[in-house]
Amino acid sequence: MRGTVAALIRKDLQLERRSFESVPAMLMFSISTFVLFHFGLDRGSLAGDLAAGVLWVTLLLAAVLGMNRLFVAEREQGGFDGFLMAPVDRTALFVAKAAVLFGFLVAVEVVAVPAFVILLLQPGIGQALPELLAVLLLADAGIAVVGTLIGALGVQTRARDLIIPLIALPLLVPVVIAAAEATAPLLAAGGADEFPVRWLGVLALYDAVFGLLAYAVFDFLLEE
Amino acid sequence: MTFGRGLRALSIASVVLIAGAFALVFFWAPNDADQGFVQKIFYVHVPLGIVALCGFVAGGVYGIKHLRTGDRAYDLRSYVAIHISLILAVGVLVTGSIWARAAWGQWWVWDEPALVSFLIVFLLYACYQPLRFSIEDPERQARYASVFAIVAGAFTPLNFLAVRMAESLVHPRVLSTTGGSMPGEMRLTFLVSLAGMACLFVTLWKYELASKSASIQLRSLRRRLAGDDGLAPLQRSAAPQQL
Repeated sequence: MRGTVAALIRKDLQLERRSFESVPAMLMFSISTFVLFHFGLDRGSLAGDLAAGVLWVTLLLAAVLGMNRLFVAEREQGGFDGFLMAPVDRTALFVAKAAVLFGFLVAVEVVAVPAFVILLLQPGIGQALPELLAVLLLADAGIAVVGTLIGALGVQTRARDLIIPLIALPLLVPVVIAAAEATAPLLAAGGADEFPVRWLGVLALYDAVFGLLAYAVFDFLLEE
Repeated sequence: MTFGRGLRALSIASVVLIAGAFALVFFWAPNDADQGFVQKIFYVHVPLGIVALCGFVAGGVYGIKHLRTGDRAYDLRSYVAIHISLILAVGVLVTGSIWARAAWGQWWVWDEPALVSFLIVFLLYACYQPLRFSIEDPERQARYASVFAIVAGAFTPLNFLAVRMAESLVHPRVLSTTGGSMPGEMRLTFLVSLAGMACLFVTLWKYELASKSASIQLRSLRRRLAGDDGLAPLQRSAAPQQL
């Protein structure tokens, strides 16, 4: 299982390195959206819950782009058939794809979050960085798990680009709620307020529930 | 496959219970001291909401059964449960909005967890039919729809938890806190309404199942009579068309 997962991850990273299909698009999208928010809200800088909201809505919408593309090569170039013919555990595909999407999200955030701080954030992050990293990683895990499941569900439909966001966005509302609530005090004007740890608990609960659930039902999306 | 068994008794029970519930609501239950007459929409709104949510979860449970057994009849059950719950959910949102207008002066109140989480759940399930419709192969359609039903069924309670934590508590929390202090007449009226609504849901569900399975059987009989070429091909549909 571990070897299979590693091989699948390697394949996807190599594909991404050669084609640059997902990460650059997600990144450009995030930065354009920050610019849009600047003009849409007509604000030079943001703080507190407004900043947290802008950050998380943007990251979520960027993640949807990644979900849309996640299984396209499998579908259109026979990757599913090849994988099904190989004598390996089918869940390996889920684990590998979720890890890849998680990696893409982290890669996007490494650039997009500093860009957000420079472009829009008034107080700067300062000492709140470890907490912010914890929120980012937990939320990314939730987005990766749900995104992989819905990506696999939607890629076989005729209206892929419509179905995936329509299903994924309501499913990810709890992640946005928890992540934005947890981030808002960190970005407060005049230094970070007290960090609400219980929201990390909600994110972890969400990750655990949907991780197990996706792990259990993913096989059924692959049968032929 | 006989889905029609017990329909007559169920229909009579729903009519009696619903009529009884309305009689109790209008002639027996006291007006709310705070909100007056408009509070009585509660006897429609809350049972509708509870039954719709249970229907969504039941759709998920039948989804699990479908995936475990591969029996297409479970997919039909799951589909019909979610379909009817969606219709009830529209009723919940409309009655909730009317109540919000009367009680808090606004059609929509964002800091009210039950209404907001219900809207999110509704938006999610509103994608159920488009998802089915956009998958042509009937076997895959059934399988994918079951996966969706399971994930969404598990999402429903988690979503309520997250939204409730995030918002202040304007909404009367009927079943946990205020429910304990509801006066006896109100409580009895509420329970009768709830039973009536649940009965109505089951009746509608069975009617729809019977109708769907009858038309599926009719089609297979016709095919046996006329051969494969004698029938018009199936149109694309969100509903299951084979058992």
